[in-house]
Amino acid sequence: MTSHDMRRAKNRRGGRSLAPVLLAAPGLLAALLASAPAWADAAPGATACTGCHGPAALGSAIPSLDGHAADEIVTQMHAFRSGERKATVMDRIARGFTEEETRAIAEWLAKPEAARHAQP
Amino acid sequence: MPSRRALIGGVAASVAVAVLAAPQVRAQTQPGVIVVGGGFAGASCARALKRLDRDLAVTLIEPEAAYLACPFSNAVIAGLRGIEAQAFRYDKFGRYDQFGDIALIRKRAVAVDAERRRVRLEDGTDIGYTRLVLAPGVDLRFDALPGYDEASAATMPHAWKAGAQTLLLRDQLAAMPDGGIVILAAPANPFRCPPGPYERASLIAHYLKASKPRSKLIILDAKDAFSKQRLFEAAWQELYPGLIEWVPLSSGGRVTEVDPATRTLVTEFGNHKADVANVIPPQRAGAIAQSAGVADQTGWCPIDPVTFESRLQPAIHVIGDAAIGGAMPKSAFSANAQAKACAAAVAALVRERPLAQPKLINTCYSLVAPGYGISIAGVYQPRDGLLAEVEGAGGTSPLEAPLSVRELEAAYAQDWFRTITSEVFG
Ligand SMILES: Cc1cc2nc3c(=O)[nH]c(=O)nc-3n(C[C@H](O)[C@H](O)[C@H](O)COP(=O)(O)OP(=O)(O)OC[C@H]3O[C@@H](n4cnc5c(N)ncnc54)[C@H](O)[C@@H]3O)c2cc1C
Repeated sequence: MTSHDMRRAKNRRGGRSLAPVLLAAPGLLAALLASAPAWADAAPGATACTGCHGPAALGSAIPSLDGHAADEIVTQMHAFRSGERKATVMDRIARGFTEEETRAIAEWLAKPEAARHAQP
Repeated sequence: MPSRRALIGGVAASVAVAVLAAPQVRAQTQPGVIVVGGGFAGASCARALKRLDRDLAVTLIEPEAAYLACPFSNAVIAGLRGIEAQAFRYDKFGRYDQFGDIALIRKRAVAVDAERRRVRLEDGTDIGYTRLVLAPGVDLRFDALPGYDEASAATMPHAWKAGAQTLLLRDQLAAMPDGGIVILAAPANPFRCPPGPYERASLIAHYLKASKPRSKLIILDAKDAFSKQRLFEAAWQELYPGLIEWVPLSSGGRVTEVDPATRTLVTEFGNHKADVANVIPPQRAGAIAQSAGVADQTGWCPIDPVTFESRLQPAIHVIGDAAIGGAMPKSAFSANAQAKACAAAVAALVRERPLAQPKLINTCYSLVAPGYGISIAGVYQPRDGLLAEVEGAGGTSPLEAPLSVRELEAAYAQDWFRTITSEVFG
């Protein structure tokens, strides 16, 4: 487990156990949100991803991107672009983004899901 | 905020007051954005604005209690799915959540005064905005095809807006005797959901093959080419040989007149009599776009591809089917992607922050049969004042592919719908 993965795992646990407290205390929630990344940071193209890639809890056949490190997403996008990884549609989409754009999107997608999904 | 919710829930008469008062009170200290239309475009945009900047006052204007989604409505027509699977209530709007509240006004917007920056509602109330986002979807043109008006749609359904029309077409197909002729009239470009008529033809053929195998389906088309054409045609030959006949423009496919009394469709090459006629008429941006002065002579709304701001009126943005999206097709996926890019631009403009160049994606799935899906995708960015396709990306599913790929794309289609509707309405 990389340090990033550990951080992610901690975030997830934290999110779950805090949920009841958050519902009762909008003030605390607002304080937490202020430090959480918002859609304002989203790299161009990044918010289009969530139309297909939802929260893990949805149990979709389309993989959730929750809990993936940025490096991992960049590597996979690279493999889609080169054709090394077979895909139905991601090869066609990955080719539309430069390495730099992909990196920026991946960094945003790797942030805690609460900031990205409609239903954290 | 349970106290405010209790108040709203308790006294029906106070709903309008509470909802209307909230943005006005806040408008004194902060700018207000109004979004008209709670479809894939408008509802996505309202939510995105709050996620971008929870201090923005955002008001969503939508008259319906529930949204009826068009994607997968072709499966309802073919009897593969219930209409209730298409309905999404606006329960999560107009109340406090972790991103703050979006004020929901359950009324129709009837006019926009672009100069004074005000929107008038059907009850005569009028509200001011700093920036307005129009997302009214399409209006079917009942003045474009002689014989086809609103009354004709009761006999020859369009089923191009989900709801009663969807069920009417389904029921007409169910009541048709075996050996009947179904005619689908498809419009010229541009129109809502370019692959939609051909997905519909596929799923109707699936129904006919199983239940009324002596029947026939004719597509009278005002075009010579259509979206995912090679994939559709290959699948039709494989799954429904001899059942579907496509008549392109150059072979006399364009319908020039209809007679609902006899279910006759007239083309330059002759008359066709149908047992079931599905007429998809030409379309234009929803009426409120005309009132706001943001639609041009084509009936659609030209926009700046970075901000989605109208080319014709300042401080009014147009997204979704109503907008001229350049290379982007009029799809729910595009509407949702445009909404999020537009929200980012509106938030930046309101706060006087620099604008970013957007990058957008579209992926449209079509079902040719249950368990048989195909797709078309594209990546878009502003170029020469329009949303242009990024070259080298996008395209359709491969023409040659094992059934396992078609099955996978059918599963992805279902789950795309679940994911996007949960993001937009859930
Ligand atoms: C048969 C069919 C199949 C389709 N399949 C797919 C698919 O598989 N994938 C895909 O991506 N797309 C699909 N589409 C296309 C998709 O439905 C549209 O592109 C999408 O709905 C556009 O979203 P919108 O928000 O712009 O408009 P709409 O969804 O039409 O929403 C407009 C909203 O605005 C409201 N409104 C209008 N005027 C006013 C007013 N004056 N005041 C207040 N509210 C107003 C309406 O009540 C409505 O809720 C399909 C369409 C059809 C017809």
